[in-house]
Amino acid sequence: MVESALKLERARYERSALVEWLTTVDHKKIGILYFWTSIVFLLIAGFLALLIRTQLIVPGNTFLGPETYNQVFTMHGTMMVFFVGMPLNAAFFNFFVPLMIGARDVAFPRLNAFSYWAFLLGSLLMLSGFLFGAAPDGGWFGYANLTSSRLYSPGLNIDFWVMGLQVLGVASLASALNFFVTIVNMRAPGMSLMRMPVFVWMTLITAILILLAFPSLTVGLFMIMFDRYFGTNFFNPAAGGDPVIWQHLFWIFGHPEVYILILPPMGMISEILPTFSRKPLFGYTFVVFAGMGIAFLSFGVWAHHMFAVGMGPVPNAVFATTTMLIAIPTGVKIFNWLGTLWGGSIRMTTALLFAAAFISMFTIGGISGVMHASVPIDYWQTDSYFVVAHFHYVLFGGLVFAVLAATYYWFPKMFGRMLDERLGKLHFVLTLIGFNLTFFPMHFLGIDGMPRRIYTYSAGMGWDVWNLVISIGGYLTALSFLVFLYNVVRAFQRPADAPADPWDGRTLEWAIPSPPPAYNFDVVPVVRGRDAFWIEKYGAEQVVGPTAEPHGPASGGSPQRSHNPNPGQHAGHGQGAPSGHGGQAHIHLPPPSWFPLATAIGLTLMGTGMVMHASDTLGSLGFPVVGLGIAVVVVSLLGWTFEPIHEQAHA
Amino acid sequence: MGKGRLWTRSLLACALSLLAVALTGCAIGNSPQSVNRPAGDHMGKIWDLFVPIFWLSVVIFALVTAILLFALWRFRQRPGEDRHPEQLHGNTRLEIAWTMAPAVILAIIAVPTLSLIFDLDREPGPEALTVRAIGHQWWWEFQYPELNVVTANELHIVVDRPVRIELHSVDVIHSFWVPRLAGKRDVIPGWNNVLTFTPHEVGVFPGQCAEFCGIQHANMKFTVVVQTQEEFDAWVRQQQQPAAEVPADPLAAQGRELFLTPANACIGCHAVAGTEAKGKVGPDLTHVGSRGIIAGGMLENSPENLARWLRNPQAVKPGNKMVLPRQLTDQEIEALVAYLMSLK
Repeated sequence: MVESALKLERARYERSALVEWLTTVDHKKIGILYFWTSIVFLLIAGFLALLIRTQLIVPGNTFLGPETYNQVFTMHGTMMVFFVGMPLNAAFFNFFVPLMIGARDVAFPRLNAFSYWAFLLGSLLMLSGFLFGAAPDGGWFGYANLTSSRLYSPGLNIDFWVMGLQVLGVASLASALNFFVTIVNMRAPGMSLMRMPVFVWMTLITAILILLAFPSLTVGLFMIMFDRYFGTNFFNPAAGGDPVIWQHLFWIFGHPEVYILILPPMGMISEILPTFSRKPLFGYTFVVFAGMGIAFLSFGVWAHHMFAVGMGPVPNAVFATTTMLIAIPTGVKIFNWLGTLWGGSIRMTTALLFAAAFISMFTIGGISGVMHASVPIDYWQTDSYFVVAHFHYVLFGGLVFAVLAATYYWFPKMFGRMLDERLGKLHFVLTLIGFNLTFFPMHFLGIDGMPRRIYTYSAGMGWDVWNLVISIGGYLTALSFLVFLYNVVRAFQRPADAPADPWDGRTLEWAIPSPPPAYNFDVVPVVRGRDAFWIEKYGAEQVVGPTAEPHGPASGGSPQRSHNPNPGQHAGHGQGAPSGHGGQAHIHLPPPSWFPLATAIGLTLMGTGMVMHASDTLGSLGFPVVGLGIAVVVVSLLGWTFEPIHEQAHA
Repeated sequence: MGKGRLWTRSLLACALSLLAVALTGCAIGNSPQSVNRPAGDHMGKIWDLFVPIFWLSVVIFALVTAILLFALWRFRQRPGEDRHPEQLHGNTRLEIAWTMAPAVILAIIAVPTLSLIFDLDREPGPEALTVRAIGHQWWWEFQYPELNVVTANELHIVVDRPVRIELHSVDVIHSFWVPRLAGKRDVIPGWNNVLTFTPHEVGVFPGQCAEFCGIQHANMKFTVVVQTQEEFDAWVRQQQQPAAEVPADPLAAQGRELFLTPANACIGCHAVAGTEAKGKVGPDLTHVGSRGIIAGGMLENSPENLARWLRNPQAVKPGNKMVLPRQLTDQEIEALVAYLMSLK
């Protein structure tokens, strides 16, 4: 069996590396593609942040004009949310969720590849606006009627934004469906829901959030598109429309989006802290249910982004209350992470330092969030730099710190190489100082009444000192990323000799080599409790998690290598093959495919055609290109449907 | 990590934070838009709500960080140690306690919050002054419907007298914000939002648009002049005068000719009461000479700045809506400036 898998590996190496990456459906390769793509986008969006900070370093600066500045801050925000935050999370979902649940791939490997290509091409479509001097300039929130009317935004800027986001939305929805089905259907025997690692739980909840939240954005974007292209008046007050409808649609998506971004990092923290404390997560059940509570509440708080809109005191009071409720499950998580560290045997690795700093920094962002929930205070803080400070503490102090922790933690598993710990600690210290120097003084600017999204301010406003400090902090943060990149480059200059389990890990991904083979597990593991690998290594003082065994035997025989008596469980995986280790079966791996890439190209062509249609010079080519895109999508989907998936079944 | 280095680092952190606190003391609250010195009841109540919540937040943060740092120090793995701590999975009592703790804190915050929401929304009494604030890309128009006064970028109100500001927009969404006087209220086309507050301090308070509204959002500023009732009445009487008569200064009279010549397009957008200039697109210029700022608060109102503006408005404020049909000569600019500055 292992031989056949090796043969399969060898067969794959015969393809050129480029073709291999373009057609791969391996969740690990796709995870790596997501990882590097979002790191590159992180560098671009970070560079945009430096442009912002350079423009604001002194009052009355003319480094960037207003037109460029508005494009730069819009793309910084849009990219950090859609091109960096979500795909970085997706990189870790892709690589680690199947490993952590003991699966050989995701439920729909080709759909997974499609998600990546649609994400990449949609991002490039939007970014290409810079080439035409027409990058999106309406803010990442794109408020109508500024964005919906060609009277107020005549250029192609908003068209790039709308079309790019639509493609990205399809990518996110496909990916969310995939991970939902994967987690529900593809768990190894014994991996009951309440035994799943918390990161897998948070991925599941995030997938549900994406499935429920993105349609609202899609609908809103279609309405903007129709207003801009086809003369509808959804957001045109002169014709009885209402621009505030966009705000509702956007924030019904936009607030769950915050948790789409932050729940996976909370999952990462919940893996890293136990590993480096050598203790299980404190209050697993509470952490899981707190995640569900946050997700549920997140759909009932959107209007807290709109307190100043003038909805009236009753709606404001209702949304203030629901928003404050979210602080309860969030607080529970923070206390549980502290409880995890308490009494542990803590190893001060870079991953742990970033994870511990996450707790503290995220607390600042969480507390200032409670301030915004207090409506009268929000009347002052909304759209001021106080809010900019708040969400950077959540997204940088939260998401970025957690993702960096996860990178130091999982890098050996992904690439077979350890990152250097000394450089890592330097990176950590620089990041912590640079980040706080950048974002903490923004609270002060909020108190001093500086509004967001202004490209300049006059010398008499008394904002120069802190803007200077913030810009210096920004450069320092950029420097810290250079240290990180240097660390990564150094790692790739060394041989790939990372051990399978460098951290004394607790979950299943550490049971297999670093990097894992294409088929992940020789034999599908049988899970006997939470922290499945820890139990196999040290034995369970007491097996944790539900004792009922819906998926297979937990006791009796040699558990780790036992037969799976119930191959039907894996029907979703095709052929029920993973059951075998008796030699009669092979490991079935889905063959590579061109159709995901082709479908994504067709989809992006449709968006490109729509942008062209709005241009002066290529307008007449617009709809033909849309038609071509539709044709490519249809043909690719047909090919996809009829593509044999058992190509190498005879191998 | 050596113990010594750990201590040096913490000491350094303490020193840095002390420095930060020292800097903070001298560099916060000095802006003319600093909210920590409220000059009106609206912002005053907000600030009074903020201060206790702020200190509560400091305590919570300090507590979490102290526990975190203590745990990291106390339970760190010593060199050569290979300890397997007890595999403790949780403690239901503790969990319930720390679920209740935030709930109680939030309840404490929620009570004054909810009552202030309704308090701030209360209708003012009949003595309130009514002003209509109209957002334009990228300047503010202020109308006093009861007093028949129209002005731009400079709002005059009366100290200790409630003002009821009706907010309208002719184009996109803006937000009306005078930080020291009141919180924000959005200005939405098709909506009739109202913001009510009472200024308590005589003075000039800058404000600006707080909702991104296009290329010149940064330069959609205005000032609020809080005056005594007598000063305000005098201002109103002056603003009610039309500017029909030809100025005595020959240069200004020439400027008036230029201004009113339809081919020069000024009157297509601007109005001067008492003349045939009745444009409604740009700011009403009847008393432009009496105002402190022009160009959406971007420039102080001086002959030099006005001349700069008339020479090339797009160079001063890129993207703004003022488009000249042709380049004016220096002599024409001089005349126009003389005329406009005469409109006191």
